[in-house]
Amino acid sequence: MSEQKTLGEMLNERGVSRRAFLKYASYTASILALPPGAATAIAQGLASARRQSVIWLSFQECTGCTESITRASGPSIEDLIFDFISLDYHHTLQNASGHAAEQARLTAMEENAGKYIVIVDGSVPLKDDGVYSTIAGMTNLQMLQETVENAFAVIAVGSCAAFGGIPGANPNPTGAVPISQIVTDKPLINISGCPPIPEAMTGTIAYLLSFGTIPELDHLGRPKAFFGETIHDRCYRRPFYERGMFARSFDDEGARQGWCLYELGCKGPVTYNACATLKWNGGVSFPIQSGHGCLGCAEPNFWDMGGFYQPLATATGDSTRWVAGAAVAGAAIGAAAALAARQKRKKILQEG
Amino acid sequence: MMLLEFARGPAMQIALTVFVFGVCYRLFSLFLLWRTQDSSAGSTRQRPVVVAAAREIIRRLWPQAAYKQRTLFALINGYIFHLGLAIVVFALAPHILFFKDLLGVSWLSLPNNVIYAVAVVTVASMVTSLVLRFALPVLRTISTFDDYFSWLVTFLPVITGLIATSHLGAPYETLLAIHLLSVALLLIWLPFGKLMHFVWVFVTRSQTGVQLSHRGAQL
Repeated sequence: MSEQKTLGEMLNERGVSRRAFLKYASYTASILALPPGAATAIAQGLASARRQSVIWLSFQECTGCTESITRASGPSIEDLIFDFISLDYHHTLQNASGHAAEQARLTAMEENAGKYIVIVDGSVPLKDDGVYSTIAGMTNLQMLQETVENAFAVIAVGSCAAFGGIPGANPNPTGAVPISQIVTDKPLINISGCPPIPEAMTGTIAYLLSFGTIPELDHLGRPKAFFGETIHDRCYRRPFYERGMFARSFDDEGARQGWCLYELGCKGPVTYNACATLKWNGGVSFPIQSGHGCLGCAEPNFWDMGGFYQPLATATGDSTRWVAGAAVAGAAIGAAAALAARQKRKKILQEG
Repeated sequence: MMLLEFARGPAMQIALTVFVFGVCYRLFSLFLLWRTQDSSAGSTRQRPVVVAAAREIIRRLWPQAAYKQRTLFALINGYIFHLGLAIVVFALAPHILFFKDLLGVSWLSLPNNVIYAVAVVTVASMVTSLVLRFALPVLRTISTFDDYFSWLVTFLPVITGLIATSHLGAPYETLLAIHLLSVALLLIWLPFGKLMHFVWVFVTRSQTGVQLSHRGAQL
């Protein structure tokens, strides 16, 4: 539940030093690509903020997004985040279950009407009246609509919530849709990725708490601070791409030398995310650094983009039958046209 | 991303289909046409068919002395953008991947920066060719829609490819999609306009060579 003390007072009571707090604010400002002065604004904003009520709804998802946000290492950033927010409802992390859990959600909504943040991971099934995913006797659609009614803002975390993701992949048997199709009258932030980078989630929440506004978003509703550049633009293997030095299989000399993975299907050039800069597991590595191309998981329809190992330069879909048919049809019609011309000529000669 | 999906998927599929249909149609409709047999005895200086064809192809690679002064600039310019196009199309690694996926064969690529430089020269050369077409009265008079449209659909993939590589004006995936769509347009137009000379160029020159040789022309 939300508490009435400010975050500054609470952290002070818990022995979090001002230095540690400012360090956190500076780190948050830097990952959000804000100017240095913003660190002070974040520190002041956070210190004077009340503990933010957050309701986390999990729909058609795999819990990978939760795994991601709880897996962050480093200077206990998430410890601070869990001090800043009151996570009033979250299937995986809450103690309560059954009716008590649902009551916690309803109480948080009532006590913080107009102020609470709803975080959603997972897509919402609409087919067959949404029977494919229900919680406490409610369809995901019903629960989402009820919960966001008095929310301050909604954050769709993960590609399933942001774009439909894997549940929405062809043939989309449950009629899964992204949150943006349902929540149209509230501020909505998409933090895509499968899963999203922990700092992208925590950093966005910190921004909301500090400034009380939505950060600058791209055309897909994602914070530009994290989704402003492609993986390819910031990839340390980029020079190999420019020089035309590519790994052609996962165990050739090029792969051992750490050359560009474009030919092995890397989707880095069309994927906007901060993997190449923030990296994962406390800045240890990211998929390309581990020797595998980017899957493009932060982009819409990444599952149906023509195969993870199919290079970006190639056409998707199998054209073989179409092209073979076209060749036969072209030859047949061409031959018929030539024969018709021959017949016509013959007729003219006979008549003439 | 939707535009890129469309460009890589249905648009390319349709373009390849139309391209193959068109090329097959043109080949069969021409080669199966009635050809008037030249029943004359032929010159004593007549060369074997293959030799006559080959000599004419080689002879046409460079202008005759009488025309050299007037045509040399346009000819060299033509060589520049034809060679440039060949290098850009066939030596850029992503293009080779496209061909490998389609045809199953691949070859070595050139570094991107080299291709970039060649593409810039190609663009300049193609613009020059258009300026020449406008500037020379005779050339302007005999130019048709086919000439201008063929120029446009050839120019677009080069310029959009350069813009995509330079990340100018729009997100990369949008630029890449526009580039692929321009390639699709080129493929669709290719068999039906003057660009079909990519197949006919040596066929027509061979035919001319054989006919001229039959009449005793010195090739």
